[in-house]
Amino acid sequence: MTTRPGGAGILAEPLLVFPDPPPALLAQTLDLAGYPWKAVTNASVAAQTEPSDGWGGAVVCAEDDPEGAFGICRAMRKRDAPLEPILLLVSGAQLGDLEMREDVFDDFCLSPFHPRELEARLRHLHWRTGHDTRPEVVDVFDDFCLSPFHPRELEARLRHLHWRTGHDTRPEVVEYGDLVLNLETYQAGMGHRPLDLTYMEYELLRFFATHPGKVFTREQLLSRVWGYEYYGGARTVDVHVRRLRAKLGEEHAGLIQTVRSVGYRFGQVRSLPGGGPAPDS
Amino acid sequence: MERPLDYVLRTVEERGVRFVRLWFTDVLGKLKSFAITPAELEGALDEGMTFDGSAIEGYTRVQEADMLAKPDPGTFEIVPWRGEDAPVARMFCDIHRLDGEPFEGDPRHVLKRNLERAREKGFTFYAGPEMEFFYFKSPRSPEPLDSASYFDLTQMDMVSELRKQTILTLEAMGIPVEYSFHELGPSQHEIDLRYSDALSMADNVMTFRLVLKEVAQELGVYATFMPKPLAHAFGSGMHTHISLFEGDVNAFHDPGDEHGLSKVGKCFIAGLLRHAPEITAVTNQWVNSYKRLAINREAPIVGYEAPVYVCWARNNRSALVRVPLAKKGKESSTRIEYRSPDPACNPYLAFSLMLAAGLKGVDEGYEIPPEATNNIFEMTPEERAAEGIDSLPRSLAEAVDVMEDSELVAEALGEHVFEHFIRNKRSEWAEYRAQVTPWELDRYLGSL
Repeated sequence: MTTRPGGAGILAEPLLVFPDPPPALLAQTLDLAGYPWKAVTNASVAAQTEPSDGWGGAVVCAEDDPEGAFGICRAMRKRDAPLEPILLLVSGAQLGDLEMREDVFDDFCLSPFHPRELEARLRHLHWRTGHDTRPEVVDVFDDFCLSPFHPRELEARLRHLHWRTGHDTRPEVVEYGDLVLNLETYQAGMGHRPLDLTYMEYELLRFFATHPGKVFTREQLLSRVWGYEYYGGARTVDVHVRRLRAKLGEEHAGLIQTVRSVGYRFGQVRSLPGGGPAPDS
Repeated sequence: MERPLDYVLRTVEERGVRFVRLWFTDVLGKLKSFAITPAELEGALDEGMTFDGSAIEGYTRVQEADMLAKPDPGTFEIVPWRGEDAPVARMFCDIHRLDGEPFEGDPRHVLKRNLERAREKGFTFYAGPEMEFFYFKSPRSPEPLDSASYFDLTQMDMVSELRKQTILTLEAMGIPVEYSFHELGPSQHEIDLRYSDALSMADNVMTFRLVLKEVAQELGVYATFMPKPLAHAFGSGMHTHISLFEGDVNAFHDPGDEHGLSKVGKCFIAGLLRHAPEITAVTNQWVNSYKRLAINREAPIVGYEAPVYVCWARNNRSALVRVPLAKKGKESSTRIEYRSPDPACNPYLAFSLMLAAGLKGVDEGYEIPPEATNNIFEMTPEERAAEGIDSLPRSLAEAVDVMEDSELVAEALGEHVFEHFIRNKRSEWAEYRAQVTPWELDRYLGSL
């Protein structure tokens, strides 16, 4: 395990850093900024090596091992006292993966990063989560984005910001044809008929209904809906799709289409060109 | 609060659920249930509900009768029985001792422990059983639904109504099925459960048996999973399709092999075959189970296909292990079918042992015996012996004897279940042995 004692930084407790060893630039930036840190390989190492006063936050680099990275974020958030703040380092191509995972991180930074941006993000995060109580710090902004910016980064920031501040523009009720999902009460219905679902069936249907028309692979569904720590294997998705179709009833079972050798797609079939989606058994 | 718990509490409130039934299973596979009110639900989810375990078969412990039932929120379902004025829900429970440790006599825990062992090796275990059963007029005698009309339905209407209601209820509970009719007419039926991970599937089998009986009762008939209710007809089996996956990959499949079977697949079959006699007391746990397996051992009648001999084949339906041909382009469906279990088994324990036997073969690299080609029912005992084909135990007593010597079974079930099971089955056998049967009276009373 790689460890650095703290310099003259504002934090007494070390930051949890993933992976171990961390990218050289990350280690260097944290050292120069005076943050103490410890790198870990997985959630159980994190639990074993946690300092008695707890972690001072986490910097999780998702670039090389996204599965491990999101896994450790989720594990840290699931504890009785969820760890915060968590800063995620992601590549531009991973921005889309942040959607529906808003709860497992507090801010993100595009990699490759500028050391001063990373430092500024950490500082702001620690202020936001109450680790930095210096009175002179005043609340004048909630997040920032380096300019010139990439449109997808700005979009991802706005989405997370809205989610965080409770101004999420996602509606509480999702409707698709006869299907109605109330995200607030977890209730699902087809027309006037309530759909009695298990928790995972509900979560899968919610994911589908909020992403109509998009094709998802089994792996994507597993990681978005179940989370990486789930071990049932990719077949779990097929099993749940079948259960959902059974509950939707014959008439509506076609709402979830199998896209051969890819995965699944939710929504009405408008046309059936060759190689397009087809209902399966 | 964790989302799954929140989901359960919110749904109970929104749907106006009146009672939540907590389900668990005794060692012999009987479904046990007690109901709690929504007011008790949050506490039950957090800490579990205390209950007296001393009345539950296989839980008995004089010193520590009180146990905790901890509901598994992932199994929360509204139960679609008709005739309830307010919705009722159910959850399967894990049983714990008061100190919070999992109770080793809980069959669900036994299966979880075995699945965990498979998972450590990187495997996920999937099962898909074919459930056979009979409809009779009543539980008092095995009278087929052959003539009289029930309510105002004709016989065929009756059967199609049963079929429709059963499928609807199962699907409403998230159990997708394929229904098929047997040639025996209206009495014997088969419903295939689409494969699922083994824990969900064992839960499904428990739900399935209850749904079948409930729906039948509503329509005034009786559904039974007794393995062999009629002496001169097929018994009811629970042929179980098994596969192992490593992540997204079917571990039984190898496109380069002439049978499409991987090394893992072959070793798994070898493990199942070698340990089959040891696990039979559990996959076929009643005195009556052996009447199904015993059919025409000495005088074969074509068509009675209960497996009796320990061998494997691709398309020989009398083999204990069958390897159905995987369709081209459907390689992920490569699987094996284990044909001895009957639907009156404890699915948690039966799946545990099938998995343990197969994995043992994989761990130790057992060599698969040659495929059986001739119809082994037609071979003489000498021919079978020459081919090294063993048979399954002939009676519950024999099966329990073989099981008692099995380290594999003791380890997979755990000492508590292992010892209790053997004690229970020995006493069942002792009771049976003391019976004077109608067959004996028929045969002896008039002539001796």
